[in-house]
Amino acid sequence: MIAFREVHKAFGPKRVLEGFTLDIPDGETTVIVGHSGAGKSVALKLIVGLLDPDHGSVEVDGQVVHALERDQLMALRARIGFVFQFAALFDSMTVAENLAMGLRRRGVGDGEIVDRSTEALEVVGLAGSEERYPAELSGGMRKRVGIARAIVLRPRYILYDEPTTGLDPVTAAVMDQLMVRTREVYGVTSVVVTHDMRSAYTVGDRIAMLYRGQVRQVGSVDAIRRSHDAVVRQFVEGRPEGADDAERALGGTR
Amino acid sequence: MLRFITSRIERALLALGRLGVLFADLGRGLRDVETWPRLTLVQMRRIGVDSLPIALFISIFTGIVLALQASYTFTGAVPLYFVGSAVGKSIMLELGPVLTGLALAGRVGANIAAELGTMRVTEQVDALETLAYDPTSYLVVPRVLAATMMFPVVVAVAVAAGVGAGLVAAVNLLELSTVEFVHGLRLFYQFKDVWFGLLKSTSFGFAIALIGCAWGLGVRQGAEQVGRATTKAVVVSAQMILVLDAFWALLLL
Repeated sequence: MIAFREVHKAFGPKRVLEGFTLDIPDGETTVIVGHSGAGKSVALKLIVGLLDPDHGSVEVDGQVVHALERDQLMALRARIGFVFQFAALFDSMTVAENLAMGLRRRGVGDGEIVDRSTEALEVVGLAGSEERYPAELSGGMRKRVGIARAIVLRPRYILYDEPTTGLDPVTAAVMDQLMVRTREVYGVTSVVVTHDMRSAYTVGDRIAMLYRGQVRQVGSVDAIRRSHDAVVRQFVEGRPEGADDAERALGGTR
Repeated sequence: MLRFITSRIERALLALGRLGVLFADLGRGLRDVETWPRLTLVQMRRIGVDSLPIALFISIFTGIVLALQASYTFTGAVPLYFVGSAVGKSIMLELGPVLTGLALAGRVGANIAAELGTMRVTEQVDALETLAYDPTSYLVVPRVLAATMMFPVVVAVAVAAGVGAGLVAAVNLLELSTVEFVHGLRLFYQFKDVWFGLLKSTSFGFAIALIGCAWGLGVRQGAEQVGRATTKAVVVSAQMILVLDAFWALLLL
């Protein structure tokens, strides 16, 4: 299980997370939604130790991430697949070499690397793309290779950072299907960060709304859909009034 | 004015701190022997072999100009075979290592800073970390080792080419025979001339690669920062070459 415990994180004067607490149960897909700049991606990076919290802690399988020694952190990262917002493929390498990177690190043999890469590319619908370079792929294809690079490792957790951002509606729907399929095929625990509510409803078992550095509401897809919280309603319905309007309606003080 | 000076000092200290941290990380990166050896070979070709054309170009023209200028200076006062001494000493001790170092600060330092800076802003460095690679052992150690090992090789070839070019220029453009040139070359030659130049170039290679890595990985966002980091890496590398040049002269000459 992944657990955020009273996490605070600031970048200079900008306070991003302020007492963020959330449990990510095993075997489920938890979607974290929120406005741009709300700290969703920061939360993902805290899970893999790319950032450290200023206060509080993030625990993965009972281990406090920021307290781990480097070797322990590497071992933890070996259990987590990370799908970056813009794929972050190694542009000097082919698709096959990108997929092989993580496997080589884990000491997997050449034959098995080929088998697992072929399988992962089939799952994401890119069979036969092994020798292509990232520059030769569309944005959607790059994101799918990013997913293949994560699932080829057969991780326990997969973290998706804005997987549908910048994609056309059809490609975004394909990405959603892919995330659902990945969970069904590999049974991984997933954390998806997005502000695309259509995607959140499709892939999520639970949705957590991040607002002003804290979890505003967390619950099932239906619970979020039927939320009476003005801030959550405004976000999920995509209404243009400012968040402060909703906050004032609730008698908020910030 | 005072604020300007203090901010410059603060920036210089920050830069030194960044280099110090990366230098300390090198020890950790070196222990990951599964990662860096194969990558170091690739970098040795990119940093060393691919730098030979520019190093040869500079040294050949330097050798020619040195021979002609020495002859112009010595005319009537000093025997002309001293042209060999001037060319040999100047190229082996100073111009070979320093001019090659400055040229490679541009080629190698800029290349490293731009490549790593771009990898940083496109999250490729973060991706490496999530795949359980240490960016120091994957990116920094191969480049620093390759530059440290290959700079003396490139400089040695450049020195040989520069002296050869000086000989050809002296024989063809001055009234000097090959025997006279070689006589002048050997007159004040010491083995120290060779190892001193190569030692300097080793330190130049180490510094240029480390600075390129530090400034490249220090980029946080945007193409503009990549450009600035690249320029800064070249400027700081060039300054460091001159500082190291003076340091070794004070220490060993």
